[in-house]
Amino acid sequence: MREPLLDIKDISISFGGISAVEDVSLNISKNEIVSLIGPNGAGKTTVFNILTGVYLPDSGEIYFKGERIDRKRPQTIVKKGISRTFQNIRLFKDMQVIENVLVGTHTRTHYSLFDSTFRTRKFRKEEDEKIYKAIEILKILGLENKKDEYAGDLPYGDQRKAEIARAIATGAELILLDEPAAGMNPQETDELLNCIRYIRSLGYTILLIEHDMRVVMNISDRIYVLDDGKLIAEGLPEAVANNPRVIKAYLGGELHVGN
Amino acid sequence: MRDKKISFNNLEKFLYQPSVFMILTGAALAVLLIVPWLGLNSYLMNIVVKVAIYITLALGLNILVGYTGLVSLGQAGFVAVGAYATTILTKVYGWNFFTSLIVCVVLAAAVGIVIGLPSLRLTGTYLSIITLGFGEIIRTVIIVWEPLTNGPMGIRGIPRPALGGITFTMANSGMYYLSLLLMLLVMLFCRTLVRSKTGRALRAVKGDETAAVMMGINVTYYKVLAFVLAAVISALAGSLYSTQLGYIDQNTFTFDMSTIILSIVILGGMGTLRGMVIGSIILILLPELSRSLTDYRFVIYGLILILMMRFRPQGILGWKSRLPYPIRKTVIERISGPQNQTADDGETNHA
Ligand SMILES: Nc1ncnc2c1ncn2[C@@H]1O[C@H](COP(=O)(O)OP(=O)(O)O)[C@@H](O)[C@H]1O
Ligand SMILES: [Mg+2]
Repeated sequence: MREPLLDIKDISISFGGISAVEDVSLNISKNEIVSLIGPNGAGKTTVFNILTGVYLPDSGEIYFKGERIDRKRPQTIVKKGISRTFQNIRLFKDMQVIENVLVGTHTRTHYSLFDSTFRTRKFRKEEDEKIYKAIEILKILGLENKKDEYAGDLPYGDQRKAEIARAIATGAELILLDEPAAGMNPQETDELLNCIRYIRSLGYTILLIEHDMRVVMNISDRIYVLDDGKLIAEGLPEAVANNPRVIKAYLGGELHVGN
Repeated sequence: MRDKKISFNNLEKFLYQPSVFMILTGAALAVLLIVPWLGLNSYLMNIVVKVAIYITLALGLNILVGYTGLVSLGQAGFVAVGAYATTILTKVYGWNFFTSLIVCVVLAAAVGIVIGLPSLRLTGTYLSIITLGFGEIIRTVIIVWEPLTNGPMGIRGIPRPALGGITFTMANSGMYYLSLLLMLLVMLFCRTLVRSKTGRALRAVKGDETAAVMMGINVTYYKVLAFVLAAVISALAGSLYSTQLGYIDQNTFTFDMSTIILSIVILGGMGTLRGMVIGSIILILLPELSRSLTDYRFVIYGLILILMMRFRPQGILGWKSRLPYPIRKTVIERISGPQNQTADDGETNHA
């Protein structure tokens, strides 16, 4: 078997004695689309926060491309190639869409303050390169015509896409999407899923959080199901959807399983 | 309301067309260059120089408040550091003014780092208080460190800047040109800064610190950097200001000065460059209009700030620019490739 791109081994974290994530293990191979689903409050976002270095896990290990990354600072983890979007959109509202994407290129922009102040060749060359790249990324998400709008002025669905563009701009290989379809109507959701498929076709690897299982049934290579901080199922979409434990977990809250 | 907005943006679109912008900038520069020949008396020339210096100071604070979202009520402290460093070096140690600026920059940067550090943990009101305290501490240091600063007696007869036999005075307009040069350089610096990795990082920190961290931005570094830049710019302006005044003591750098600088930034429109110009012109000229205004100027400043916060929080000239992000031609050609050019986007309203 290939070495997984991301390998999470038995991570746990608790807040004030209450366990939020317990012994969760998860792996993703290069170029996969893997979904992490579960009812609200299951601990999905917390897994992302641990992955991106926002929280230190109480126990467990995380390997990315064979290198251990739990204990690393968020900035370091981004540089290593993991980037994310947020469940509650966190764009830089007062910056233009293209500027948001350019912020994404931050860690891979190497000119100094001296270079930009004196507009050296290095600055101009690199800045041109990043602008070009930013627009290419915006094209992927169909936002190139909105590049000059302020991020805060975009309609909701476009804001979610702009966040994905910004995440891609970091140069990450693994993109973590936290409920990217939240608040979208079925048509927008379909459009977004196509977009995610396209992003995968470009060579990216995607870990997708969603609480509505139906949304990820068609797009996921594999699905992990989290309930109350614990993994209760993993596997191919159909198998997971028919898993009695999963059905029960979802019945406890809202039933989102198809048909 | 919507109409007004669109007309503002249409005006902007017009003004920033490359040809129009070049002509206007050229005209503005020409006017600025011939100001000394306009026959203004020395009193008015002093005010003009003061306006230029305050524009510079506001541009410095704008990096903190407008870009990074940090507040400082102690800018006068940085101004004092620059003013005293230059004054002591030139007057006591006989250094050349321009050489002393190097020391002034290094010193201000160091002080900026020290004052920037609390900003990592504090924001808003708490940071206001810390920076306010800093301004007062600098004043106390000036009073107490008598061997160096001459204490409350102040320092008199500060030499004018000189270079290669030319002395820059008010009479030969040298002071005017120096302050104009510094202002323009700082303005150019800020203009480039906004459209660079550094400027974007600062604005990202203001916009959303968590998201900034997730983009790999070292928030600590950029917050401290913002303080360092603001400190260095203020100190440079302070050096110049001290030679204009010819006399400084601890009361030259009071809380009043910090308030004026902050008021300029808020009145003009934080985060903009044009706002610093209009803000300084209004707030420095206003009190000079009449004696009675001078006495009540802080009441007026207070009122202006309250009214601005209530009715136009973005500042007089703080509209959201609708200009497309500037992209060099070569990049545009590379993007559009062999296909035809994409049409102008956005709603264009033809009059
Ligand atoms: N910083 C925190 N402090 C305390 N509790 C937290 C914190 N972060 C997450 N939790 C708790 O962890 C649980 C899982 O939350 P979350 O990961 O956001 O769920 P999901 O994303 O699956 O809806 C919730 O009970 C939440 O209250
Ligand atoms: Mg969540």
